[in-house]
Amino acid sequence: MSIRSTFTAPKNYNTIAWTFMAIGLLSIIGLWVTSGSSTDPKEQARFWASLLQNSVFFLLIVNASMFFVCITTLAWGGWQMSFRRVPEAISAVVPVMGVIAAAILLSIVFGDNHTIYHWTDVEHVKHDEILSHKKGFLNKTFFSVVTILTVVLWSLLGWKMRQLSRSIDDEPLATMEERKKYIFKNTVWAALYIVVFSLTVMSSLPWLWLMSIDAHWYSTMYSWYTFASTFVSGMALIALFVVILKNNGYLEYTNNEHLHDLGKFMFAFSVFWTYLWFSQFMLIWYANIPEETVYFQPRAHGIYKGIFWFMFIINFIAPLLILMTRSAKRNYGTITFMALLIIFGHWLDFYQMVFPAVSPNKVPNIIYDLGVALGFVGLIMYMTGRALAKAPLLARNHPFVKESLIHHT
Amino acid sequence: MAKKKFIVGNFTDEAVLFPAVKKVRRAGYKLHDVFTPFPIHGLDKEMGLRDTSLHTAGFIYGITGTSTAVGFITWALTIDWAINFGGKPYFALPAWIPVTFELTVLFAAVGMVLTFCWLCQLAPFVKKDHFNPRSTDDTFVMAIECTSSTNEAEAIQFLQAAGATDVKVETKETGWWLGSYANDKMRFEK
Repeated sequence: MSIRSTFTAPKNYNTIAWTFMAIGLLSIIGLWVTSGSSTDPKEQARFWASLLQNSVFFLLIVNASMFFVCITTLAWGGWQMSFRRVPEAISAVVPVMGVIAAAILLSIVFGDNHTIYHWTDVEHVKHDEILSHKKGFLNKTFFSVVTILTVVLWSLLGWKMRQLSRSIDDEPLATMEERKKYIFKNTVWAALYIVVFSLTVMSSLPWLWLMSIDAHWYSTMYSWYTFASTFVSGMALIALFVVILKNNGYLEYTNNEHLHDLGKFMFAFSVFWTYLWFSQFMLIWYANIPEETVYFQPRAHGIYKGIFWFMFIINFIAPLLILMTRSAKRNYGTITFMALLIIFGHWLDFYQMVFPAVSPNKVPNIIYDLGVALGFVGLIMYMTGRALAKAPLLARNHPFVKESLIHHT
Repeated sequence: MAKKKFIVGNFTDEAVLFPAVKKVRRAGYKLHDVFTPFPIHGLDKEMGLRDTSLHTAGFIYGITGTSTAVGFITWALTIDWAINFGGKPYFALPAWIPVTFELTVLFAAVGMVLTFCWLCQLAPFVKKDHFNPRSTDDTFVMAIECTSSTNEAEAIQFLQAAGATDVKVETKETGWWLGSYANDKMRFEK
């Protein structure tokens, strides 16, 4: 197969994407019929919780791509240049996913059903001492302003980074001065993005979107833990797209040296995720205070036990043992398998973050949620494919490109 | 150990060194080693060295550390001296994870440093022969071992043609010894 510099979706690519989206839509309809349309608020909440979990998870992992682009820009890294258009294209899904997630979150907050976010129930909060203390943070106005502002800022800054990257495709930077100026401009915008990112994903957003489902409970570790979860799945997603493109004869300059580094990210951040997960768990386990252990009771000992420990095994033990060796990280098959496993594992992680509080008495039928997840996967595939086709796959005029071409680990 | 005869050449440029290594190996000379002041990516592959087994050793040391920690704490806190800490079970695994982690790292790190020294034959008071002291400063030094079938004059010419300067035939100790560099002093001062 000849090597081409611009992506055109392979024959089956869009068919698969549309099939996935159709499955997703069918699952949403199925969920609506079985629980969403019910008059029981608990059943309705099961429908919305599924949408909440999936949209937030997939929004955060596509956004992790832009974080990867910005953090490597900020560190003046060059090794990722040969495939940088891939994370850029994935991050182009952020505006769409952001609108979907914001719409779902806002309809949950402003809906009449208070099962998921019971801090939205004004009458209840009046009599609840803990929740009335949290009123300054957990209120509808703050929630919606932060949600909308976040989605807008991520989309705008991400768009700016992509636009900067494409602006030099047709006009090479002739002098050293111009190149320095270009790198400086990139650095400034990337730094702005990182500031926004750290104020959202790394601190406030997971508290609002996910932790406030267990409104009485809190953990300062939670946001970091969510960030690690989404960043490692984001790296897995980038690796998957790199493998797909390589298999179809694109990305001629990306080789197993680059794959090795992506594998290192997947390995290292799996361990980092475990570190944060355990730090949160151990302190609560050790102190053994009822208002804190209430979070782990249904998860580690209750009916969600199976999912909880299964998730721990595939998110920590499997990457630790399988991705440890050098040859595993340089093997396309292993990386593909581990990337799929990691994304699925962290999806399960989000599942056990959301559902035990929404449905404490029975584990919901996970088949529906997997169907909804497939729908979002299809959407990401389709949108990323479209974004990839818009620009050449190599930013050939970028001053750091050579560093990537001779990259050696 | 054994004293052997070597043909030693200096290189100042990586771009010359890499093709030279390839040429020397292709011509059938016995490449003893290349000494460089800093690690050069890809040189090990070019020289045909196998991957180091240091990581495997590190993994084994790490596992040893993990099992030592878990084994010892389990024995101490459940069998030998079982104490109830704050109503926790005797076998309180989460509380031991930090210690287990630290011991894993400690065993792996110390073990790998010692193994590295062993593999490189480094230790206090252990002395080894230098091929050319400039390999610790600014040049890459290549040493070709002379076998019974090596024509020395021809080999010197070959190395010079490959871009080496300061090519010499020298007799060097390949092993290590305990003691001083008394012999070296004489050698460097001449």
